[in-house]
Amino acid sequence: MTNLTTIPIHYYLIFCSVLFSIGVFGVLIKRNVLVILMSIELMINSINLLLAAFSTYTNDPAGQIFVFFIMVVAAAEVAIGLAIVVLIYRTTHSIDINILNKLKW
Amino acid sequence: MLTVTLILLPLALSLIILLLKEQRAIRQFALAGAVVEFGISVVAFIGYKYSGQYNLFYSADWLTGLGVSLKFGMEGISLLLVMLTTFLAPIIILASFNHSYSRPSAFFSLILFMEMAMIGVFTASDGLMFYIFWELALIPAYFICAVWGGNDRIRITFKFFIYTFTGSLFMLLALIYLYFKTPLPHSFDFQWLYAVSLNPAEQIWIFLAFFIAFAIKIPVFPFHTWQPDTYTGTPAAGSMLLAGIMLKMGIYGMIRWMIPICHDAMQQWGGIVLILAITGIVYASLIAVRQSDMKRLMAYSSIAHVGLIAAGVLTMTTYAMQGAVIQMVSHGINIVGLFIVIDLIEQRTGTRTISDLGGIALKAPRLALFFMVILLGSVALPLTNGFVGEFLLLLGIFEYSAIFAAVAGLTIIFSAVYMLWMFQRTMLGKSNAKTENIRDLNRIEMATLIPLVILIFWIGLFPGIFLDMALPDVQQILFFVFDIP
Amino acid sequence: MKIILILIPLLPFLGFLILGLGFSSIPRKATSYIGAGTILISFILSLFIFLNFHNSAISPPHYLATSLPQYFATSPPHYLFSWISIGQLQIPFSFLIDPLSLLMMLMVTGVSFIIHVYSIGYMKDDPGYNRFFSYMNLFVFFMLLLVMGANYPIMFIGWEGVGLCSYLLIGFWFKNHDYNNAAKKAFIMNRIGDLGFLLGMFLIFTTFNSLDFREIFARAKLMEPGNPILITITLLLFMGAVGKSAQIPLYTWLPDAMAGPTPVSALIHAATMVTAGVYMIARSNILYVLSPLTMEIMGVTALATALFAASIAVLQNDIKKILAYSTISQLGYMFLGLSAGAFTGAMFHLTTHAFFKALLFLAAGSVIHALGGAQDIRKMGGLRSRLPKTYWTFLIATIAIAGIPPLSGFFSKDEILLHLFEHNVTWWILAFAGSALTAFYMFRLLYLTFFRNFRGSDQQKHHLHESPAVMTIPLIILAVLAALGGLLNIPAVFGGGSWLTGFLAPVFADAVALSVPPATVSHATEWLLMATTLTGCLVMVFWAWRRYVKQAKGLLPDDAKRSLVVQLVSKKYYIDELYDFLFVKPALWLSRFLHQVVELRFIDRIVNGVGQVVVWTGNTVRYVQTGNVGFYMFIMILGIILILFFNILI
Repeated sequence: MTNLTTIPIHYYLIFCSVLFSIGVFGVLIKRNVLVILMSIELMINSINLLLAAFSTYTNDPAGQIFVFFIMVVAAAEVAIGLAIVVLIYRTTHSIDINILNKLKW
Repeated sequence: MLTVTLILLPLALSLIILLLKEQRAIRQFALAGAVVEFGISVVAFIGYKYSGQYNLFYSADWLTGLGVSLKFGMEGISLLLVMLTTFLAPIIILASFNHSYSRPSAFFSLILFMEMAMIGVFTASDGLMFYIFWELALIPAYFICAVWGGNDRIRITFKFFIYTFTGSLFMLLALIYLYFKTPLPHSFDFQWLYAVSLNPAEQIWIFLAFFIAFAIKIPVFPFHTWQPDTYTGTPAAGSMLLAGIMLKMGIYGMIRWMIPICHDAMQQWGGIVLILAITGIVYASLIAVRQSDMKRLMAYSSIAHVGLIAAGVLTMTTYAMQGAVIQMVSHGINIVGLFIVIDLIEQRTGTRTISDLGGIALKAPRLALFFMVILLGSVALPLTNGFVGEFLLLLGIFEYSAIFAAVAGLTIIFSAVYMLWMFQRTMLGKSNAKTENIRDLNRIEMATLIPLVILIFWIGLFPGIFLDMALPDVQQILFFVFDIP
Repeated sequence: MKIILILIPLLPFLGFLILGLGFSSIPRKATSYIGAGTILISFILSLFIFLNFHNSAISPPHYLATSLPQYFATSPPHYLFSWISIGQLQIPFSFLIDPLSLLMMLMVTGVSFIIHVYSIGYMKDDPGYNRFFSYMNLFVFFMLLLVMGANYPIMFIGWEGVGLCSYLLIGFWFKNHDYNNAAKKAFIMNRIGDLGFLLGMFLIFTTFNSLDFREIFARAKLMEPGNPILITITLLLFMGAVGKSAQIPLYTWLPDAMAGPTPVSALIHAATMVTAGVYMIARSNILYVLSPLTMEIMGVTALATALFAASIAVLQNDIKKILAYSTISQLGYMFLGLSAGAFTGAMFHLTTHAFFKALLFLAAGSVIHALGGAQDIRKMGGLRSRLPKTYWTFLIATIAIAGIPPLSGFFSKDEILLHLFEHNVTWWILAFAGSALTAFYMFRLLYLTFFRNFRGSDQQKHHLHESPAVMTIPLIILAVLAALGGLLNIPAVFGGGSWLTGFLAPVFADAVALSVPPATVSHATEWLLMATTLTGCLVMVFWAWRRYVKQAKGLLPDDAKRSLVVQLVSKKYYIDELYDFLFVKPALWLSRFLHQVVELRFIDRIVNGVGQVVVWTGNTVRYVQTGNVGFYMFIMILGIILILFFNILI
């Protein structure tokens, strides 16, 4: 367990930032709703990782508890998100978000 | 408790009336309720004694954390205005009897609701309560106009609503600012708000905020443009409520809130707004001369008349303030009377256009007589109510500045011009196809107008009761101005 | 005593209420009795007070061992109830009974009663019979308030009230819009004057802290002459008088006011209401004596009015219009008297004028009645034999107004002229010219109406008849008064006792004491002046006879070619047109401009503009809502980055 701290904290920071940015770009660039959902998961997981890392470094278990919470919420989110995606697919026969532009002006 | 009863009774009535179905029952219930309400206010009137404190005071905690409490009470001016409201409400209800409005229960319910809100405004002694009732009064006015109004009513009511609402937001801002200036724990109690000391710059901002709110409501030139449209657009009862009572909320606000709180700024800057008010008198009078729609003419005449009242209040002299109080009551009575007469004419002939009328006095001498008497009250003929008010107002303005009084005094000439000209073109001359078979007043219509006429002469002959009632209150408010304990 | 005082104005008011609220349900006979009866009782009560008062005035009550002026100065007004009372502003409803108000009360109730009786005959067939009498009673009520009031506001109640009655009665036949316009014009012009009165009252109050006559005059007495505040006060009050008493520049309503029934013209627009201005200034005599500048302005205005109106009267052809201009001119003489400090003279002339001018109007009414409504004197003539009673009474009144002794007009006018001579000789000359002009136009009227042959239609000729007794008896009573009215104040030069001067002396005592005593003229000069005026008048009477009876001129139709001057005068100097051009048209134009341009195109457009800006902003900015989720997310992330960036920056 001690060897975890042998990796300096900024490694985690940089790694998580990269993961998070990949998630952001995925959300911005991709048109497939499923991929966007996956990108969001990626962002959430990068935050989770960071939380766990900080929790270890500061010896505060609260961070890890938060991780569990977030995982539960993320699971719920994905469940609802996927349900919506299924409904969208049923009505439009597509999961491209660019055709979901009826709510405008 | 009496005060709370006065507020709650119309509210209860307005809710109960919604349960009634039959038109006749609705009307009678509304009228009976309003008469009972008037009776209660008469009890308050008889029992009134000046105490230096709020009379008939009721206080209960509400939002204690915020320093908001349910505080209601009546001082001389409030009591007079409450009397005016409760007196006019049954008359306005009675005057709506010969209309068959769709959804009558909603209509009369709104009138009673509005009565409640206006009594709330006149009795509230807590800043937030004042604001809440102030806005509550707007809601029934909006619906009466929007549902039962004439052509183009949506646009007109929208403008009316947005305009007056914007104005009151300024007042809310000022009240909140004052609230945070009160010592901890903050409070909206009017005594606390009065006691707030402001530096000159703050005073000016607060003054401007209050002034805009009240000036739109009164309305003072140039914030008046919502009014002529609204008067012409609403049904008769709506214009009566607006012109007869609701305008007085603005003047009452000036007396009750603006003078005690920002009198320093008023002494410094009051002259400029006074010029606005006086310009408005001449401006509106001149415009009134050439109006072709009777209601619109009334709207402009009303702007001129209340402009004089506002000017009087802004001078902050005892005579003008007393005159303002009397004139508020008188104007309420006169304008409601005139609107009733116009409504009667419109029902009989189907038109309000002056040039379409004429010769009504031939067939309907009683109608012409009542019209003449109320009109004379409006042009301030001595021994009618209008004279007492205008005399005191002009005297007060004269004390402030002789030139202002001379210009404001032009109103007695102009009002004669437009009122008599209107009377001549509608009542006198030869009758035409529209007015040939006009029916004279029936009993109900006479019953509607006679109380007004009695009050016109009562106030004109014996204004003492009303003046004495308002005097201590006026003096106390002026004490704030001149820092006499 | 107090109950009697209250009854005097109250009775006519009750009459008004009964007749006014009863509409036409009251039979005509009852209407006549109520209408005239209430006034008669008021007159009797006034007479009763006068007799009591007069006795007590000659020998002051035993508890008042003081001199007469002091008695009047200290006897309190009769307090009825408090009208308006706020701090220092105390306006009680109270009556002041002194010689001046008594004289007016007697005159008002007396003349009113006579005219009411006359109206019973004159208005016999009018459908608005009840309405007429109710208005007339209301008028008497307000006129009595005006003269009895113990302070300016009470006077003002009457002042405006008589204006209202004048409005109602001028437009009595309200089917005709010309009449209604005349009524409206009268009311509005009066209101212009009333504004002056009102402002004058305010200045009085702020200066003297009171509106009560006694208190004001007691305090004003101590001020120095020529005080600018006093001058302003008096000028403002004079503005009120100008409106009410139809002086330049507010006189044009009076000729138009002839639209009303003739008894109205006699009562309101000749005998009583229009003299209210004179009464008011006589009442405020102390203020005026202390304002020499106002007196000068008043004199010039009055002189101009007297001459101007007289010159217009010369070329008018409507019997009532001539009398109206004559009234304006005579009112000018009264103001002239006031401006020369001849307060008694003015009041004297006011009284005699009430008699003979009322008589002239009533006689003219009798003529109009006989001719079935015709008023053009070119269409009359030869009525002397057909209407003998009317003719004789008219003749007496004409002689009286022309100032030929021994009828009343001579004495009253002479007193004013004498004071003028002492005051300013130039004014005397002009006033003399005016009085000669008066003789000319009045005799022109007399000759054209009653002499030579009848020029009307055959139908009219057929119907010519003397009026019934109910109309002629009032004429005869007034004729007696017009003839003998001069007895009230026969000057010392005729060995008279100057009763009226003595009677009114207490009222004017302070004013006389304060004014510079004019150089008194000898009796010889007085005789000379009288002879001059008399000669002037007689020459004019003769000239009028030569021109209108012998040469039968003056019958040109309206559109006949005349010299420019004559044209100008006969069109009343185009003053109505001038006012229309200067005031009415611009006001209407301004009204339209303010409404169409300032109101709708400017203020309302700004208000609506604010709304439109909001709507436009909304309309424009809503396109940001593309509906593209990716775009929203892009903006969101951009926002986050910006916030972070600014956080670092700050």
